[in-house]
Amino acid sequence: MRNIWTIAKKEYDHYFITPIAYIVAFVILLVLGFLFWIVIQSSISNVLLYGNSSAPNTTLLSEWFVILLMFGCPALTMRLLAEETKSGTIELLLTAPIRDHELVIGKWLGSFLFIVTVMVITLIYPVILNRFVTPSLDWQLVLSSYLGVLLAAASFLALGVGISALFSNQIAAYFIAFFVCIGLLIFIGVPSRFLNAGGEIFQYLSMGTHFYDSFNIGKIQLSDLIYYISLITLGLFTGTVAVESRRWN
Amino acid sequence: MIQVNGLIKDYGARRALNNITFDANQGEIVGFLGPNGAGKTTTMRILTGYMPPTDGTAIVAGYDVVEESLEVRKRVGYLPETVPLYTDMTALEYLKFMAELRHIPNAEERAYETLEQVNLQDRATGFIGNFSKGMRQRVGLAQALIHRPEVLILDEPTIGLDPAQVVEIRNVIKEIGKDRTVLLSTHILTEAQNLCDRVLIINKGKIVTEDTPDNLQSRLMGSQRVILRVRGDSDGLDTTVKKVKGTRNIESKNAETVEFEISADHDVRPQVAKTVIQAGYELIEMRPVGMSLEEIFLELTQDNSGDKK
Repeated sequence: MRNIWTIAKKEYDHYFITPIAYIVAFVILLVLGFLFWIVIQSSISNVLLYGNSSAPNTTLLSEWFVILLMFGCPALTMRLLAEETKSGTIELLLTAPIRDHELVIGKWLGSFLFIVTVMVITLIYPVILNRFVTPSLDWQLVLSSYLGVLLAAASFLALGVGISALFSNQIAAYFIAFFVCIGLLIFIGVPSRFLNAGGEIFQYLSMGTHFYDSFNIGKIQLSDLIYYISLITLGLFTGTVAVESRRWN
Repeated sequence: MIQVNGLIKDYGARRALNNITFDANQGEIVGFLGPNGAGKTTTMRILTGYMPPTDGTAIVAGYDVVEESLEVRKRVGYLPETVPLYTDMTALEYLKFMAELRHIPNAEERAYETLEQVNLQDRATGFIGNFSKGMRQRVGLAQALIHRPEVLILDEPTIGLDPAQVVEIRNVIKEIGKDRTVLLSTHILTEAQNLCDRVLIINKGKIVTEDTPDNLQSRLMGSQRVILRVRGDSDGLDTTVKKVKGTRNIESKNAETVEFEISADHDVRPQVAKTVIQAGYELIEMRPVGMSLEEIFLELTQDNSGDKK
């Protein structure tokens, strides 16, 4: 555990000296800030035009948050192991007294903590909004959707780390991770609309099912949690096997 | 400290190491010499737990490199040929990170101490990316030393350094080698001669020979060339030398100098000196022309020399 933490801490600190992390954080905060403004505007319009004073729905923010993460997470993970391989520092880590899975988990944890930091900043939107609206926000829904975003981010990052371990080229690592993320979130669920038999399998594999129809509407289900944990495990396992296979090659 | 037995490593169809066997004891600096692609780095990578061998065993600091790889890695300090550095970190941050990975208490304090050991304490807060090659090499050496390892494995530790830095690094290695085991690979044969207690010459994945640098020289020299110089007129000097039994291949090099060969096991230099002086010459110099380690290395690593041992 100590080794994982040492590596995670190094990676977390490293994000604050790399432009790519600031760009990812900036874009996320900018787009979510804009959406927050839209939510407020639509709430004001509802009150002024229809006299409808229901609590504003913040799930628009979480819906877009996941889409932004689909672009942003591969950018955060692309260098994690690919750069170590390219620069030769992987030799340093593989001859240090740490296990291969500790290295991969530490890398993932560092990137996850960075995303958590960004998410904590975005919590300012619902908190501010809550001060100005009556009735207050549905906090169960807000927290459920944030948990969904958190799990989606953890999955994207784990898959990104796993893919980064397979490449020494960061660009290749980015695009492969991005296609895997977009495939999971959007495309893999498409066949379920056309297939009668077997459509449920594609529906189950789609992250959309486990986010938009679940956490984002306030439902927290064990099957969804298992889905995300499986993706995280798959990503970290892929990374560990890739690092191990490097030793044998 | 290091016991290697029948080590084999295949990269696909290519055999990089072919049944290598050697050992290195505590307090010994062992030099690993060989041309590019001879198998030096592969051997070192196996000994540091970076990769497993295809066959054979290697015990480092009492632990098997395959079965107890983590225990080996705790006890080995390794400087790879391409110094593995995070250029966006300061020297202190980098060493602190390495100390933390090795669970060293007071990591920052140890990082400072190690920087002092490699004479970089003044640049502790400098970014590695701004360092010269020599300074980077020293940071790399510092990370290998930070946990005070029982065994130090250095792949070309002085490559690319200026002469003053080479001397500095050699002194650090010598100091460490007093009580720990050091295995270093080098192309620079004088380095092996100056630093190493024992030299292993490796070629095409096989150990061609191993011995102390001095023994290697004497073992390979069936005969010895000697240079003799006199002051003033040296007419007939070659004839005078020829009178001494045991001298052969006498050559006049210039007006004052002759070079001749003697048998290595029958040193007739005292008789030569006596004869030359008795003949009225002013003897000012007589020295052996030793076969350098370079010559030995070339002779052993030439094609078809793998059988010479």
